[in-house]
Amino acid sequence: MNLLSVSHLHVNFHMKKQELAALIDVSFTLNRGERIAIVGESGAGKSILGFSIVNLIGKPGYIESGSIKLENKELTTMNLRQLQEVRGKRIAMIFQDPMMTLNPVLTIGDQLVETIRSHTKISYKDARNIAIEKLHNVQIASPEKRFDQYPHELSGGMRQRVIIASVLLLNPDIIIADEPTTALDVTIQAEILQLLLAICRDNGVALILISHDLGVVSKVAERTLVMYAGHIVEEGPTLEIINDPQHPYTQGLLNALPQMTLPGQRLNQIQGSMPSLTERPSGCAFHPRCPYATQKPQFIYNGVSTVACFIIEDMLNEFSENEKEAL
Amino acid sequence: MLIFLLRRLMQACFVMVIISVISFSIQDKLGDPVQQMVAMTVSPEERNQLRNELGLNDGFFVQYWRFAKGAVQGDLGTSYYYKEPTLDVILEKLPATLELALCAIIIVILVATPCGVLAAIKPKHILSRLLMVISSIGLSVPIFIIAILMVYIFSIELNMVPSFGRGQTTEVFGLWESGLVTKDGLKHLLLPSLSLAIALMPIFVRLIRAEMMEVLQSEYIRFAWSKGLSAPRIYFVHALKNTMLPVITVGGIQAGTLVAYTILTETIFQWPGMGFLFMDAVSRVDTPLVSAYLIVVGGIFVITNTLVDLIYGLVNPTVRLASHGL
Repeated sequence: MNLLSVSHLHVNFHMKKQELAALIDVSFTLNRGERIAIVGESGAGKSILGFSIVNLIGKPGYIESGSIKLENKELTTMNLRQLQEVRGKRIAMIFQDPMMTLNPVLTIGDQLVETIRSHTKISYKDARNIAIEKLHNVQIASPEKRFDQYPHELSGGMRQRVIIASVLLLNPDIIIADEPTTALDVTIQAEILQLLLAICRDNGVALILISHDLGVVSKVAERTLVMYAGHIVEEGPTLEIINDPQHPYTQGLLNALPQMTLPGQRLNQIQGSMPSLTERPSGCAFHPRCPYATQKPQFIYNGVSTVACFIIEDMLNEFSENEKEAL
Repeated sequence: MLIFLLRRLMQACFVMVIISVISFSIQDKLGDPVQQMVAMTVSPEERNQLRNELGLNDGFFVQYWRFAKGAVQGDLGTSYYYKEPTLDVILEKLPATLELALCAIIIVILVATPCGVLAAIKPKHILSRLLMVISSIGLSVPIFIIAILMVYIFSIELNMVPSFGRGQTTEVFGLWESGLVTKDGLKHLLLPSLSLAIALMPIFVRLIRAEMMEVLQSEYIRFAWSKGLSAPRIYFVHALKNTMLPVITVGGIQAGTLVAYTILTETIFQWPGMGFLFMDAVSRVDTPLVSAYLIVVGGIFVITNTLVDLIYGLVNPTVRLASHGL
């Protein structure tokens, strides 16, 4: 059985005048210990997908329909208390900006121990030992000292390590990492990524890595999902996707990598930008930016009425060829 | 820490010098103290003689210098009416005002915090909406109307609590006239402290609500939810502590408003405190007493703000008073 299976997930934003669709018919599965990546530009719905798994989409967002199953437990219909048992213990999250993720007025130790103690009944002392051990695991020097410090006394890279330690506390099955290295220094990025990869591998933890950086994704994920405007537009093994992208959007993303351009040349880019939720194009959402998009169907007069449709166009062509043959 | 306190002390002296100059410069605008001190039949010559004796005919700087020389030695002048050192007169009334203010502050903290938190976490709940309506009414209706209404309802109509005075007081530690230890004293305290609290409450309810709503939007609160913490822990440990930081600062500034409101409250309830004394002093043109009151209040203001900054330092770990000597 799949560890996590998301099927036909629709997430909407409830606005005063209209319902805006943020995720449209998203389906994917995750096996135990598997590492997948979700890539796409800003606004593609990657983060919303990550948050909706543990039902943490902020208002006015809500899950409209679809199902998210952790083994055989349905997450979308759980109440807050049931969700609290899943959050942190079975599915843990790492956020983008380590400077904003830790509470500034509580010590590192408080924030680690509370996680353990809210899920398991153990003494403060035992919880402290676990926390210090995990801090040690993420290669934080002198964890006993750090335990009593406040977040502002730590650097950004160090804080992200603390956050990784904090998601490891309860040995979760899945870690959802939402752009875990984006806010960090380039030199620290590689270290944190290595650490995350090693930890998932060693403990058999499944990882959902949300990123816009295909370089990062190729190093970590076994499978990749490409998202565009709330849809999953391509899914496959990471190597396949990088070597032989099928969807024009994926091709565009890969082309935009700096490595794809000779030094001194302008970087390749996908023309235009992601449509906002309110002005999603009809049909394939990518078509306004797609280099292969054919012209919009023209109004065709079939002798009786006027129709604008690809299918009708093809049928008419066939029809006229048949006619020719008959003649 | 020591540097911090020393700086605050200097600041306090500076504030009080400014206040004394201001209060001195408005002195002769308050009216003629001599007119209040002597009978109608006293001749203008005798009046002028008295004026000379009191030094009122000297120039502003001569008078101020005389006052300042005394003030640094702890002598803030002698009250024309009480014929006693003004500081003694004021300090005698200090316990009554401090008890009133302290009770009001405690009521504000105990009521405003839960109300503000409720209004922030359940903004659409009927109770929260009601709270917001009541607090806007509280903000716009002046305190003396509320106080007089309360006197009318609880003292006159329902006859539950007395409407004026401090009631029975007891001497505590030999120097403090307290109304907190007897039932009668507490009964007398109820209405004045409640109306003083009502005057300050709306600002705090609204402030706590607004700050809390902002804090609840932050990333670290979302992270706390993602860790599977319980709602009370998130609201009261993670969010409330951050909410209180700006509230504490505003609390210090509101100390000034509190002093202003004690004057009103004490006048309405005939509460024998400093504010009541001040109103009397103004109407009797007891200028030394008015100046001394303003200086003492300035001192209280600086002390409360120092305390507030110390508390802020305790709550906010990023502030280190000791090392920066803020």
